[in-house]
Formats: sequence, C-alpha cells, structure tokens
Amino acid sequence: MAVLFQKTKGLTDRETHYCPGCTHGIIHRLVAESLEELGVLGETIGVCPVGCAVMAYDYFNCDMVEAPHGRAPAVATGLKRARPENVIFTYQGDGDLAAIGTAETVHAATRGENITVIFVNNAIYGMTGGQMAPTTLPGQVTQTTPYGRNTDYSGFPVKVCEILREVDGVAYAERVAVNSVPHIRKAKAAIKKAFQNQLEGKGFSLVEVLSTCPTNWGMTPVEALGWVENKMIPYYPLGVYVDRDVHHRKEEEA
Amino acid sequence: MAKKYLMKGNEAMAEAALRAHCRHFFGYPITPQTEVAAYMAKRMPKLGGTYLQAESEVAAINMVLGASAAGMRAMTSSSSPGISLKTEGISYIAASDLPALIVNVMRGGPGLGGIQPSQSDYWQATKAPGHGDAQVLVYAPSSVQEMVDLTIRAFETAERWRMPAMLLADGMLGQMMEPVSFPDEVPLPPEKPWALTGTKGARKPNIVNSLYLTPSQLEQIVKERFQRYEKVKAQEVLCERYKLDDAQFVLVAYGATARICKAAVDMAREKGIPVGLFRPITLWPFPEKELAALGGQVKSMLAVEMSMGQMVDDVRLAVNGRCPVYFYGRTGGIIPTPAEIEGQIVKMANRKEEA
Ligand SMILES: Cc1ncc(C[n+]2csc(CCOP(=O)(O)OP(=O)(O)O)c2C)c(N)n1
Ligand code: SF4
Ligand SMILES: [Mg+2]
Repeated sequence: MAVLFQKTKGLTDRETHYCPGCTHGIIHRLVAESLEELGVLGETIGVCPVGCAVMAYDYFNCDMVEAPHGRAPAVATGLKRARPENVIFTYQGDGDLAAIGTAETVHAATRGENITVIFVNNAIYGMTGGQMAPTTLPGQVTQTTPYGRNTDYSGFPVKVCEILREVDGVAYAERVAVNSVPHIRKAKAAIKKAFQNQLEGKGFSLVEVLSTCPTNWGMTPVEALGWVENKMIPYYPLGVYVDRDVHHRKEEEA
Repeated sequence: MAKKYLMKGNEAMAEAALRAHCRHFFGYPITPQTEVAAYMAKRMPKLGGTYLQAESEVAAINMVLGASAAGMRAMTSSSSPGISLKTEGISYIAASDLPALIVNVMRGGPGLGGIQPSQSDYWQATKAPGHGDAQVLVYAPSSVQEMVDLTIRAFETAERWRMPAMLLADGMLGQMMEPVSFPDEVPLPPEKPWALTGTKGARKPNIVNSLYLTPSQLEQIVKERFQRYEKVKAQEVLCERYKLDDAQFVLVAYGATARICKAAVDMAREKGIPVGLFRPITLWPFPEKELAALGGQVKSMLAVEMSMGQMVDDVRLAVNGRCPVYFYGRTGGIIPTPAEIEGQIVKMANRKEEA
C-alpha cells in the first residue's frame, strides 16, 4: 500500500502539552517537516523561547537549547558564530520576540545573522495565562486589558514584519497564518524558504506565523481560527515583506 | 626563561584568553575594561575567532551562553553596571551546567557610580551572581601576571566543573602595566560530549536546559549541583600567605588592595609589629578552613577592602569568633594608601594591648 502521509522524523514521539485547538502544534510540524525535507535535521540546533513553546526541546528531534525570555536571538547568534556550518533556528512567541526581546531581535536582524526565526504571533501571553502582548489588537480583551486594549493608554500593537522591512540586515520576512489549509501550505513554503536561505547564507530570515490561543482568547478552536481570519489578518496583512540576499549583496557592494 | 612583555592588565588578560584557546568573545563597551574589547577586536579576526560587539550586556552574556552550549570556550568582559545586566544570563549558564568566563573589572557603585577602582561587587559575585541556588567560581587576581594565570585557570576549572567562572578584577589591575610572561602551551579544551553540534544522525539530541517544572526533580538537580560545589570547595581553593609564620595580627585582603596591604605589612614590621597578610585568591570557594585555622593562632584580624565591608562577612563566618575581626575600607573609587593601612595596623595592635 502506498504511504500517503507519515509523521515527520523531525518531531519526537512525545505528546505535546499544547491546548486542544492550539496551532503551536501545526507550526512545530511545519518546522520539523522543512528540516527533514532539506535533509538538515542532523545539523540543526534549535533555541526554545520562554512562552508556551518553552518545552519545544522535548518535541523537536534535534539538538536544542533553552534561552532566557526574549534572548533567543542572542543565544542563536552565539551558536551560529560558534558553528556557522550548523542550521540554527529560534522559535519565539510575541511576548518573547516583540516585547522583552525586541532589542535582541532587531539587532540580530541588523547584523544579518544567518539564522532562521520562527515567530509565533498569537496576540497574547499564552503561557502566563492571557495577558496583553505587544501584538494584542486594539480593543482586544485580555487579563490585563479587561476593558479592551486602549491604544491611548497601552499603546499600539507591534508590527514585526513592518519594522523589519526597514532593517538592512534582513534577508527575508514573511507573514503567514495557519488557520486554513491553503494558509498552512503557504506557511510551510515560507518556513522552508527561511531555512533554505540560511543554507544559502543569505542572512536573517523570519517567518511570522499568526497563531491561535483558544484558551486565553476564550474561544472554541473553530472560533479561534475564524478570529485569525477576521480580526488578525486585517491588522497583520499576510505576505512577503522582505526577500533579498543580504550577504551576497554586501559582497557586490565591496 | 619565558619571554617577558610589559602589558596593561586588561590586555594581558585578553592575550591570556587567546592563548587559552578562547575564540569567542562577546562584549559591550564600558570603562574601565574597554581595552579588553579593543584587543579582542584586533586579534580575533587574525585567529579566525569571533569578536562581536553586542547590543547590550544582556545580549553579550546570552551569546556566550549560545557559544558555550555549542562547546566553545567563550567569554565576556564588563564592569559593575554591565555585570548587573549579565546576572540573568549567568544564572541560566550556571543552571544549564555550562562553562564560561565572565570578567568584571570593578568600578565604584552603586548605580552608575564612578569609573575608579572598587571592590564593591564582592557580594554580587560570591553570593548572588544571579537568581536561584547557584555559585560561580570567583578568581581575584592581584597582579598583571595573575590576570594572565587566573584567566587560563578559570577557563580550565569552569570546564572541569561545568560552571561559570568570574575573574573579579578592578580598575587598578586593569589599567596597571607590569611585566608578564605567558605559558608556552595551554592544553586544548577537553571533549564535550554534551555540546550542541547537531546530532549528525548519529546520536540522540543533546538538550541544554534549565527548566524542571516538577519540584522534586528540580530539587534533585540542584542538590546534585551542590554536591559538585562541595568537591569544588575541597579542590579549588587558592590563597596566599605573606609573612604569617610569626604573625599575631593579620590583614585579610584580595586583589589590588592586597598589594597595598603588603606594603603596609612591611612598614608595620619595621616598627616591630608582628603582622602578616592572608590573601584569598579564590573568593568562591572562599578559603574558609585556612582562615579558621589562622583565627585560632593569632590575636586579631583586619579585613581591608575597597568597599564598605563585604568580604569581611566571609572572614567572620570562617573565623567564627576565634579572634576579633575588624574592618577598614575605602569606597567610591578611592584606593587606600599603605600609610593609611599601616595606621590601621597600629590601631589594631594597640586595641589588643588595651584589652
Ligand atoms: C524574565 C522573565 N519575565 C517574565 C517571565 C514570565 N513569562 C513566561 S512566558 C511569558 C510570556 C510568553 O508569551 P509569548 O512570548 O507571547 O508566548 P506564548 O506563551 O503566547 O506562546 C512571560 C511573561 C519569565 N519567564 N521570565
Ligand atoms: S495557552 Fe494558548 S498558546 Fe499556550 S498552549 Fe494553550 S492555546 Fe496554545
Ligand atoms: Mg504569545
């Protein structure tokens, strides 16, 4: 009988701790499949965030390190400078990447660190129980914006891909979603490209994935998928923000 | 005989790190240790190593974490305010059982403080180099030659015990020039089977981690680490004794202050006071047993520091009432003079006679 689908070797057999309907699991699969398909699982070192994916080291079937909250891009920089021949990626939530770790993110990007960043934007602090994230939408109710995010008071959401568009070291930034099959297929292509870029030495590659948190959004899994479509995507437009070859461009300039 | 070079403490320490095969340096500028970064920036590219100026001390220490997890000898260097920012990373490095070298060329604090020499980060280095139950090895050089020797030693012991090591110097040692020599050859770092290299499909994934959500598991891991610390205490203590054989009075000082104390000891001896100097070289592990024994033999001790009195706590704990332990300190970037300390020795000797 022909095999139509097989679990990727890029994931271990450990059962994940993610809530039912959480799309962290889908994103894990897309990352793992990409690494397997590119044949680089044995070369890969992943950096876990502090956030719901904190235990991703139990799920990815490759060498892994746990970074302090927000510091994954700095840890990844140390790894990549130490082992440029390895494939280095970070997997980070919005609080991790766009609040406490903003400096580390932007500066790894400005340096054009040849790493791959998987950025999971679920508009909330999932792990700590649903507080406002830098990416929480205007008006969105969270535990710490109980009357809805008031932008006059709490500021505006951070648009990571839009910020990175202005950063010269960025080779690739794309925003994708995983709330429907067509979106998942596009997300997979983007993630794979972000790793392929690293293999080609192009520079800092980031894929922002709009993801669900049904638990802290107070929604059913299906409602959460709809919320991504109807609320998040309009605020965070999908698409390619940057696509270029940073390091080889530098060589041409030289 | 080994060749002698006239070098600044900071530069000699940087050169020692390179001779010790360190090829990964991550830093952020701060006075009074900027020469370290400048030296590394010049030399690393020639040696095929990494010198990287990070966006902050927070980033720099986490780059060290990454490079160390990858199995490399890695280091960072800073001064007091920068070390405060590194403490998060130091805690994670300690909790992940990673070796690393952190250099603190101390300046006066707290806050932005000043830029002149100080020893006011003793508590931070030895008691709370980060949150949680953890220690780092702390080496306190007292000469430019020791900046060299202890840098090399710190890399080696950090790797032997899989824990971070700190070189706790001060602005005076960093800026001072003295003749130094380097060992002809430093042994290569040991194999690190735990390092992240990629599995190459040939082994199970290596995981470098500090998260244990089950209290009993975390307790077990911390306890095992502390069993290792006990071995470190038994094997890694270093100290120097100066004119202690017949001493009835003892100065206890480390780092640059100990040099000044030696001069003060010599001056007081000319006046016939039987005084000597005990110099801890490792501040953690602290030479407790050595000081306890000494406490039973002498009349009194005087801890001298460039701080309001931090190491003196450990001296008193070690001596445990066997003799009185007094304190004299200057702070804010002021270096005590030999005459000033000699005056304190005379005072200590007279105090005893009064009693
Ligand atoms: C230094 C530090 N500050 C705060 C925390 C608490 N904390 C843990 S996870 C988290 C937020 C995670 O949110 P996000 O990065 O969006 O990831 P998610 O859980 O949503 O996937 C916070 C604030 C911490 N562990 N460390
Ligand atoms: S809290 Fe939210 S982000 Fe975290 S696992 Fe549950 S659904 Fe996913
Ligand atoms: Mg989040």
